[in-house]
Amino acid sequence: MALDSKIPKGPLKDKWTTYKNKIDLVNPANKRLIDVIVVGTGLAGGSASATLAELGYNVKAFCYQDSPRRAHSIAAQGGINAAKNYQGDGDSFYRLFYDTVKGGDYRSREANVYRLAEVSANIIDQCVAQGVPFARDYGGLLDNRSFGGVLVSRTFYAKGQTGQQLLLGAYSAMNRQIARGKIEMFNRHEMLDVVIVDGKARGIIARNLITGEIERHSAHAVVIASGGYGNVYFLSTNAMGSNATAAWKIHKKGAYFANPCYTQIHPTCIPRSGDYQSKLTLMSESLRNDGRIWVPKNMDDVKAIREGRKKPTDLSEDERDYYLERRYPAFGNLVPRDVASRAAKERCDAGYGVNATGEAVYLDFKSAIERYGKEQCKLHGIKNPSKEKITEEGEKIVEAKYGNLFQMYEKIVDENPYKTPMMIYPATHYTMGGVWVDYNLMTTVDGLYCIGEANFSDHGANRLGASALMQGLADGYFVLPYTIGDYLSDDIRTGKISTETKEFDEAEKAVKERLDFFINNKGEHSVDYYHKKLGKIMWEKCGMSRNEKGLKEAMKEIKELREDFWKNVTVPGDLNEMNPELEKAGRVADFLELGELFAKDALDRNESCGGHFREESVELDGLQKGEAKRNDKDYAYVAAWEYKGEPADAVLHKEELEFNDIELKQRSYK
Amino acid sequence: MNLTLKIWRQKNASDKGKMVDYKVTDISEHMSFLEMMDVLNEQLINKGEEPVAFDHDCREGICGMCSMYINGEAHGPDRGVTTCQLHMRMFNDRDTIYIEPFRAAAFPVIKDLVVDRSSFERIQQAGGFISVNTSGNTQDANSIPIAKDAADEAMDAATCIGCGACVATCKNSSAMLFVGAKVSQYALLPQGQVEAADRVLNMVKQMDEEGFGNCTNTGACEIECPKGISLENIARMNREYMKASMKG
Repeated sequence: MALDSKIPKGPLKDKWTTYKNKIDLVNPANKRLIDVIVVGTGLAGGSASATLAELGYNVKAFCYQDSPRRAHSIAAQGGINAAKNYQGDGDSFYRLFYDTVKGGDYRSREANVYRLAEVSANIIDQCVAQGVPFARDYGGLLDNRSFGGVLVSRTFYAKGQTGQQLLLGAYSAMNRQIARGKIEMFNRHEMLDVVIVDGKARGIIARNLITGEIERHSAHAVVIASGGYGNVYFLSTNAMGSNATAAWKIHKKGAYFANPCYTQIHPTCIPRSGDYQSKLTLMSESLRNDGRIWVPKNMDDVKAIREGRKKPTDLSEDERDYYLERRYPAFGNLVPRDVASRAAKERCDAGYGVNATGEAVYLDFKSAIERYGKEQCKLHGIKNPSKEKITEEGEKIVEAKYGNLFQMYEKIVDENPYKTPMMIYPATHYTMGGVWVDYNLMTTVDGLYCIGEANFSDHGANRLGASALMQGLADGYFVLPYTIGDYLSDDIRTGKISTETKEFDEAEKAVKERLDFFINNKGEHSVDYYHKKLGKIMWEKCGMSRNEKGLKEAMKEIKELREDFWKNVTVPGDLNEMNPELEKAGRVADFLELGELFAKDALDRNESCGGHFREESVELDGLQKGEAKRNDKDYAYVAAWEYKGEPADAVLHKEELEFNDIELKQRSYK
Repeated sequence: MNLTLKIWRQKNASDKGKMVDYKVTDISEHMSFLEMMDVLNEQLINKGEEPVAFDHDCREGICGMCSMYINGEAHGPDRGVTTCQLHMRMFNDRDTIYIEPFRAAAFPVIKDLVVDRSSFERIQQAGGFISVNTSGNTQDANSIPIAKDAADEAMDAATCIGCGACVATCKNSSAMLFVGAKVSQYALLPQGQVEAADRVLNMVKQMDEEGFGNCTNTGACEIECPKGISLENIARMNREYMKASMKG
């Protein structure tokens, strides 16, 4: 099947407006006759569920947690971008569009990104109307901060809990519709397959995670909003339950999976401390507004610090290597995430890492505390303030800005980051790849949509900070509600979809057989045993830098691990009860397939772009020596993979990317 | 560290349940409490026994899913943390640790340490929202300035993660800190004023119907709250309730 991205014709800035004017609408009376299933209730799924229900559709929403409010969007800390230009610093739709395409290393679709920039401003208006308590300045107006990879301040925030507040906003909008009966909410339910009837997505098979019962649910369209696949690495900043099952199941039923190798390894996470580690914790990128990243200049100091003979605070300015400021003077500590992560890896690989593991760099707030302290003393009219007074006043400001993050750090690491620099190291955080969708956010299966992190569309090969929240809410509040109507306008006479058909029988049977297998296998190893092994392969061979040899090994090793899993996995407990191990088994089985496709995709893409760094593709000389080298001639395409049985047999379909409104350049943050 | 664990095991909602003893060895002080539970579960699985079911998800203290009652305290002995943020450095070698579910009539046990908190959902559905549709035509976000103090106070109330520690720790199983926080967030913002009276009346009514107890101002909830939600929110809810009742 040829890929049709269905990008509307006409000038970039008019596409979305023209599109909205021309699509078919469903009248309010007919919307009542149409059911939509939404899987996942994070920012994308939650906002979509609420909006579709407000419009009049009957929504059935599913989440595996005990409440929609617990979806992992809740953990997003730093903020949400919007081209409001409240700061008057020259922001515009075009600039947000430009920064996003450039930040994504020119591997995203222009039309989608421009639309995202256009609707971004409305998101802030909508959220304020819902009662989201964004940070404000003393005049009562909304405050902004700036994030990596951009030169304006366009990030709106609610302390370090922006994701939480936005999700609670979407959740409150959902609650209003649940109360009206327009959303039927299925908490503690997991989708285990999609049901396709006559080529159209018409329902799902779900497991009730309390009773173990297998349920059939039908609808006129199915929306997948189940988030990313970062847990393929076992250790990531994702929630423990975050999984790719819904996205992978639809891939196996015909939805192409795009760019799986585009993964974001976030530069500022708390380093791991031991083998028992179950997850990694992010420290918001907003910290890079005020924190300066460094490692010791001299190897002697590195050793002394590792052996506990010296403390980081003992080192003078001359003895510190602020390597981001040194390598990238224009952007300094605010380079995009992929660049910052690789730079940390480069220093640690060279032996300058500071933790006992050698895998950590410092994030230091000393200068910020001093700067804010002096400013405050001046504001309060304190003449000739002592050093202590300056520090005291400065710490107050830093606490107001990042207090909850500092507290979180101290609880985990048991060190006070006001007094000694934080230690950070990159960790898997976000996946730009995902289910392929066209301009309508529809997958390659009719009536099957994919929104939020689960799809591939807007961030190209690298996502800028504070853009995930923007995309999730844009898709759910402002894009899908239009595009899905155009499709559903053909379904006003269809009537209720029956679940008593052979398609539902077959899907349910396959789901049950797989669950039976897990319970009856009684093998030797736990699910986590396999998940950890998979994670190790992924991190070592498909992590921050990749090469042909490693990727080929990864494909082979993952396949072997998968075969072993299906022979030797053990799952305790029963089918018809709450059984967390059974839930995990299904998710890890899917990761064991996805991981192999990931490596295959990374192998195919013999260029370095965004989060995907191929050691074979670097600049060989000049100012940019050693930096990632993109290859637009051969790789300016979206790699959309069609499922053919084994992941290794997946067939590549290319969506060539056209850039008419932006000039392709090698990214430089120097 | 070597530890003795006494853990509540209950097969399902209708099972009676009991405390069961377990031993774990070589626990690092840098582990989180839930990582210690992972070690125990891996041990049980390898022995062919059923692991202990417990709720958890983000493991960074924000989703509100984890909910253990440890040594008689919701989220354990540390302050300002959820169970997932509790670290083993708070315990000593050879300690005996009691681990129970959050207990309240309105939070029935589903299995082992997992409880049903859907009563919180129904309270929010009764009025925890502002009735504004997603139109894209709402007024500009800066058209109504909000004093920084009010915005910050609303934010402080809104940081509630809905974990239920306040209920579990209260001798009356009262949910007033939770409901007070939600009512306060909207009461402090101009956008919340239009429906303020209905909101507080409906949410309180639902709270009572769910079987939560009343507040007798012992303040235990505030101490155990992982997000430091202040008792002032209960006072504010009571004021809002009085105001709304008199209007009615």
